[in-house]
Amino acid sequence: MTHLENKNTDTEGINASHIKDSGFSNLKYLLVGIFFGIVFVKAEIISWFRIQEMFQLQSFFMYGVIGSAVVVGIISVQIIKRFNIKTIHGEKIEIQPKVFSKGQIYGGLLFGFGWAITGACPGPLFAQIGTGVTVIVVTLLSAIAGTWFYGFIKDKLPH
Amino acid sequence: MLEIIKEPWPWYVAGPLIGLTVPILLIIGNKSFGISSSLRHICAACIPANISFFKYDWKKESWNLFFVFGIFLGGVIAAYFLANPNPVEITPQLSEQLASYSITDHSGLLPKELFSWESLFTLRGFIMIVVGGFLVGFGTRYAGGCTSGHAIMGISNLQWPSLVATICFMIGGFIMANLILPYILAL
Repeated sequence: MTHLENKNTDTEGINASHIKDSGFSNLKYLLVGIFFGIVFVKAEIISWFRIQEMFQLQSFFMYGVIGSAVVVGIISVQIIKRFNIKTIHGEKIEIQPKVFSKGQIYGGLLFGFGWAITGACPGPLFAQIGTGVTVIVVTLLSAIAGTWFYGFIKDKLPH
Repeated sequence: MLEIIKEPWPWYVAGPLIGLTVPILLIIGNKSFGISSSLRHICAACIPANISFFKYDWKKESWNLFFVFGIFLGGVIAAYFLANPNPVEITPQLSEQLASYSITDHSGLLPKELFSWESLFTLRGFIMIVVGGFLVGFGTRYAGGCTSGHAIMGISNLQWPSLVATICFMIGGFIMANLILPYILAL
């Protein structure tokens, strides 16, 4: 079984590399994560208040963050494809396409509810705990339980 | 210099830095940006329970767990070494609304009246902390990704299903924040 077979409807956060990562080479991702966590906190993206302002259209801030991130992302991916840029290990960069399923609608709405309640998507949860709001450990455990429950009833849900 | 870093960063600094995570992860190891997948890997590693959705080689995806552990450490560093000493600035409309639910503490990035151990054992706190978290975990996996996996990575790669997902995230958020959350906050 390749790891992809079981990810048929879900290619998020995929590792397309054929090189086996050792514990040491995984430290790169730890460093990128640290950088990312600092940005999350310093731009107050992990703030429940910022998320409420976004969903109540009281502030442009979060739209600016997400919009400019997407613009930089689109340009970067286009450059990578156009110039056939390789990884630092010389591999061809592969990005899995996203396959449409009704889950993106139903699941998307449910995640939207959760996002507005907790003021956090999964990434900010980890950063919020880091800033010392320890009760968010409970939110994270509950999110893990939600993920597990999805796996448990997946075949009974419309997709 | 440190003084400037300690101030809250503007969107036009934070947004592009987040966007750059997409090419950085691709170039350093052919990894597609996505965070909610870490929750699935944790399930696969700890409680697979013979469910086919959790039977895959999660070790191959362990980079994702290093990444989220880094996000946690980034939170620690930012809070203890780069903290903004001032309370969070929020718009006057929101401040007024929240005051009507007796939420007035703006000293942290999350209001203490809602997100604290004391609050967890109230009905309002339980819904905010536990039910909210469950919806985040269930919804992101059902949608096949979160803000990072769909809204940023997926749209960066011009994938229309990711645009659909992102629009649904926003619709869900608008409905909750404007139509349902006021009743929860009033509990």
